[in-house]
Amino acid sequence: MWLYALRRLVLTLPILFGVTVICFALVQIAPGDPIQNLLSPTASQEDADRLRAAYGLDQPLPIQYFIWIAKVLRGDLGMSIANNAPVATEVFRAFGNTITIALISVALAFVLSMILGVIAAYRSGSIVDKLITAVAVFGISVPTFWLGVVLVIVFAVNMFWLPATGMGASGSETFNYFNWEDFKFAIMPIIALALPPLGIMTRTTRASLAEILNQDFVQTLRAKGLSETAVMFHAVRNIMPQAVAMLGLQLGYLIGGSVLVETVFTWPGTGFLLNKAILTRDIPLLQGTILVLATVFVLINLVVDLAQSVIDPRIKRA
Amino acid sequence: MTDLIDAIDASPDSRDRGGPAQPMLIVENIKKYFPIRAGLLNRQVAEVKAVDDISFYVLKGETLGIVGESGCGKSTLARLLMYLIDKDEGHLILDGDPVGEKLGVALDGLRRSLQMVFQDSYSSLNPRLPIEQSIAYGPKVQGASSKQAKEQARALLDKVGLKPDRFGQRYPHELSGGQKQRVNIARALALDPRLLILDEAVSALDKSVEAQVLNLLGDLKEQLNLTYIFISHDLHVVRYISDRVLVMYLGQVVEIGPVDKIYDAPKHPYTRALLECRLSMDPADRVEVAPLAGDPPNPVNPPSGCRFHTRCPHVEEVCMSKAPALGDVLRSTPDTHLAACHMVHAGSGHTKAPKPADAMMWANLGVTL
Amino acid sequence: MSDIPANLIPIPATQAAPSQRVRSYWGSVWNRLRYDYVTLFCLALIILIVLSAVFAPWLAPMDPDKSSMANRLRPIFHPKYFLGTDEQGRDLLSRMLYGGRVSLLMGIMPVVLATTIGGLFGVVAGYYGGKVNMVIMRTMDVFFAFPSVLLAVAISGSLGGGITNQMLTLTVVLIPPLCRVAETATSQVRTMDFVDAARASGASTASIISTHVLINILSPVLVYASTLVSVSIILASGLSFLGLGVSPPTADWGLMLSTLRQSIYVEPLVTAVPGVAILITSIAFNLVSDGLRQAMDVKA
Repeated sequence: MWLYALRRLVLTLPILFGVTVICFALVQIAPGDPIQNLLSPTASQEDADRLRAAYGLDQPLPIQYFIWIAKVLRGDLGMSIANNAPVATEVFRAFGNTITIALISVALAFVLSMILGVIAAYRSGSIVDKLITAVAVFGISVPTFWLGVVLVIVFAVNMFWLPATGMGASGSETFNYFNWEDFKFAIMPIIALALPPLGIMTRTTRASLAEILNQDFVQTLRAKGLSETAVMFHAVRNIMPQAVAMLGLQLGYLIGGSVLVETVFTWPGTGFLLNKAILTRDIPLLQGTILVLATVFVLINLVVDLAQSVIDPRIKRA
Repeated sequence: MTDLIDAIDASPDSRDRGGPAQPMLIVENIKKYFPIRAGLLNRQVAEVKAVDDISFYVLKGETLGIVGESGCGKSTLARLLMYLIDKDEGHLILDGDPVGEKLGVALDGLRRSLQMVFQDSYSSLNPRLPIEQSIAYGPKVQGASSKQAKEQARALLDKVGLKPDRFGQRYPHELSGGQKQRVNIARALALDPRLLILDEAVSALDKSVEAQVLNLLGDLKEQLNLTYIFISHDLHVVRYISDRVLVMYLGQVVEIGPVDKIYDAPKHPYTRALLECRLSMDPADRVEVAPLAGDPPNPVNPPSGCRFHTRCPHVEEVCMSKAPALGDVLRSTPDTHLAACHMVHAGSGHTKAPKPADAMMWANLGVTL
Repeated sequence: MSDIPANLIPIPATQAAPSQRVRSYWGSVWNRLRYDYVTLFCLALIILIVLSAVFAPWLAPMDPDKSSMANRLRPIFHPKYFLGTDEQGRDLLSRMLYGGRVSLLMGIMPVVLATTIGGLFGVVAGYYGGKVNMVIMRTMDVFFAFPSVLLAVAISGSLGGGITNQMLTLTVVLIPPLCRVAETATSQVRTMDFVDAARASGASTASIISTHVLINILSPVLVYASTLVSVSIILASGLSFLGLGVSPPTADWGLMLSTLRQSIYVEPLVTAVPGVAILITSIAFNLVSDGLRQAMDVKA
C-alpha cells in the first residue's frame, strides 16, 4: 500500500512538470510583446532591450522557464497587470469561494445520482427509468451558463425568490454559509454547477448497477433468498470504488470548469477571476489561476486514486 | 518409422534445396527471456525464462509433436520460430540456409516457407473482413494481383472443405469454430508454405470436429507435401498425429524421441506423469491419485538443478544441485530417444542411474541411452 | 503410428450450413438503427438544423446584422419578429439561423480535425507500444491534467478571440481523449492473432494498419467522436459567451446569449432563445451517439 502510494506520487511529478510547461507556454502563445506593453510609446530600442534583460526575456526559453518555475516554487506567481496585485494573493482569495460551492454541488450531485441511479437500475425499462435517463441526458447536454441564465430568469426575475448575482451585502470576506440571507446567493450557482455532474454520475451509476445485476453472483444472492433491498445493497457496494473515483473526477471538473457559472452569477471565485483576466487580457493572472487550478486537479486525482486503492480490495498494487 | 522414411524418400519438391536428408528446420540453442519490470523506477527486476536454450530439428515430411503443460513456453517457441517475437539467442536453419543472417535466406523467404495456424479462433480472423479477403491478404502482400489472390483464396477454401460460393463472403462471426479453424488453415496455406506450425490448432474444438480437422490436416499434408510442428497439450491427439514428440517443461526440452518410444517407454518422470494423467477408455482403469501434484514452479525463478525436482517422486541430492543434460539432439538420429534426467545418465550420481558398466555394455551393442 | 483408425469420422464433402443472407458489419449496424426511433428522430433533427444553417441566406426573413433602434427587444411571437429582436433591434430568428453556421462548424470541425490527428497518434502509440507509446501517451496525460473547460479557457484566453483561434483551441482540447480511445482500441487489436498472422505473411506495418487495424478501431473511435460533437458545441458556445469566439457583429449562439443577458430584466424569454438552440442541438447529438453506440455494440 505505502509502496503503491509512493509510486503513484512519483508518477505525479512528471505530470505536474508537464502542467507547468503548458502554463509557461500560455504566455508564449499569447500575441503581442509583453515588453512593448510596459514601455511608453516614446521609449527607444535600448530602453526596450534593457527592460527585456531585466525581466530575463532575452534568455533562451528553457532558461526563462527555469527562472519562472523557481519563482513559482517560492509562491510567486507574478503581478496582475490590471490591478498590480500579486497573482498568488488574488487566486488564493478566490479559490476558497470556488472550492466551497464546488464541494457542496458535487456532494449534492453524488447523493442524488446514487438515489436516481439505483431507482433507474431497479426499475430498469419502466417510465421512471426513462424519466431519470431523460434528466441525465438533459444534465449532460445543457450548457451551464444558459442554465444559470434560465435560473436567474425564473427565480430572480419572475419570482423574486433568490438574488440574481453576487455574494450579497457581506461580500466574500464575511460570507457565512450557515446564514440563510448569505446562503441564498449560493443556491443558484450550486444548482447550475451540480446538474452536469448529476447527469453524468446518474448515467454511470445506472449503467454499472445494471451490469452488476446481470452477473451470476446476483442470481446466487437471489437464490439464497435475499430480499431485493439486500441484493441492491450488495450491488451498490460493488460499484462504490468506481463511484468514488467518479466523485473525485467531477469535483476536479467543477473546480476547473466553474468559469462560466461564476461569470453568470458574478460569484467571486477563480472562474470569475479567469473571466476578468480574459476581459482585461491580464495574461499573468490567467497563467497563475490556471496553474493553481490544474495543480489542484492533479492532486485531487492523486487522492482519488489512493482512496480507491484503499476501498477496493481487488486493487492490491504493490 | 517406415512411413517416415517413405515420406522422406517421396519428396519430389521443386522448392527443395538441401536434399531429402537435410532437415526442414534446425533450431539451435534458441533462447527468449522476458524482462519483468517493477518498483519505483520500472527497473528490470527479473526475467521469465520462457524458452531457455532449446535445440531440435524437424525432418522433411514428418510431424513433430510438442507437448507440455500450459505456461511451459510452447507458444513462445512457436512465435519465435515464426519471427513474431525476436529471439535473444540462437539460430534457425531452414532447409540448410540460416535464417535472417548474411548469406542465408531472408526473412521474406522464411515467411513463405513457414506459416502458422493459431489457436484462438476468436482472435485469429479479422472480424471486419470477409474470410475470402482474409485468405487473399497474404498472397496480395507477397505481390499477387487482387484477382489472382482471390482465385487462390477460393481454391483454398474449396481445399479445406468450405464451398467458396457459400462461405467466401461470410464474416468470421457467421462461422462455427471448426469452420473458422478451416479458414485459418486455408490462410496459412495461402503462401504455399512447406512447414506449418499448428499451435493448439484443434484444442478448442469439439471432439468430433477436432477429428474432422485432424483428418483434413492429414490429407493436406499428403497432397501438399507439408511438414508439421504440432503443438498441443492433448496427449492423445499428439500421439495420433506425430512421428516424433518433444516434451517441454519450464522452457526446456526434457525428452525427445519417436512417438512410440515416448508413449510406450517414457524415460523422464515428467513425461511419465503426463502420460499417467491421460484418460483411459476403460472405466475400471481410472486415475485415482494425481500423478503430478501442484502447479509448475514460477518460471521467473526456476528451481536449481533439474527444474522438475520440486515435483519429482525420485528426487535426490544430485537433482537439486546439477542440471541434467539432454544430450546432443542436433547430432543424433531421428530414432534416438533422449531425456534430460539423471536417472538415465550413467554415472550421474543418482541411485537409479544405470551403472557405468551397464552403459558400457549397451554402448558396445550400439545403443545410446 | 497410432492405434486410432485414420478415418473414423470422414470429412463431409462440404460443411452443411443453413443458407442465410450474409450481412456486413455496417449492414447489421444500420439494421439495428432502423428500428431505433429516438435516434432516427434526433438524426432527422440534426439534419434539419444543419440544413437550416446551410440555407440561412434563403430562409432568414431579414438581414441578421441590420439593427433598428426603434425595434429593440421585441417579445417572442411578435407579428413581425417571430423570435423577437435583440438589444440592437436585430431579428432574432435570422440571427439564430446564421448563428447556427458558426455553432455547428465549431461543433463538427474540431471533432473532425481532432479525430484525424488524435487518431493518428493513438494508432501509432497503440501499434508500436513501448517507448513510442510512452512518449505519446504521457504527453497526452499532461493535457488530461486539465479539466477540458479549463484547458479551453487557458489556450483560448492566451491566444485571444476569433474563429480560427477558437477552432484551434477546441481541436487541441479534443485531441487527447480521442488519442486515448484510439490507442486503447489499437492496442487491443494489436494483441489479436490475426495481426500476427498478417505479420507472418510478411505484410508491412503500413499495410497491416490500413487493412487490419483501422477497420477494427473505426467504430469505437467514431462512436466516441460523435459524443464529442455535443461537448465541442457546448465548449465553443461557452468560449463565445466569455467573449473568446467570433467578433461581435457576427451571429453566434454563445455570443448572442452573452449579449442578451444584459437585457434579462426587460425581455427574459428572448434571452433564453439562443440557449434553447444550443441545448436542443447538444441533446440531439448526444442521443444520436448513444444510439450509434448501442447499434455498433455487435458481438462479432
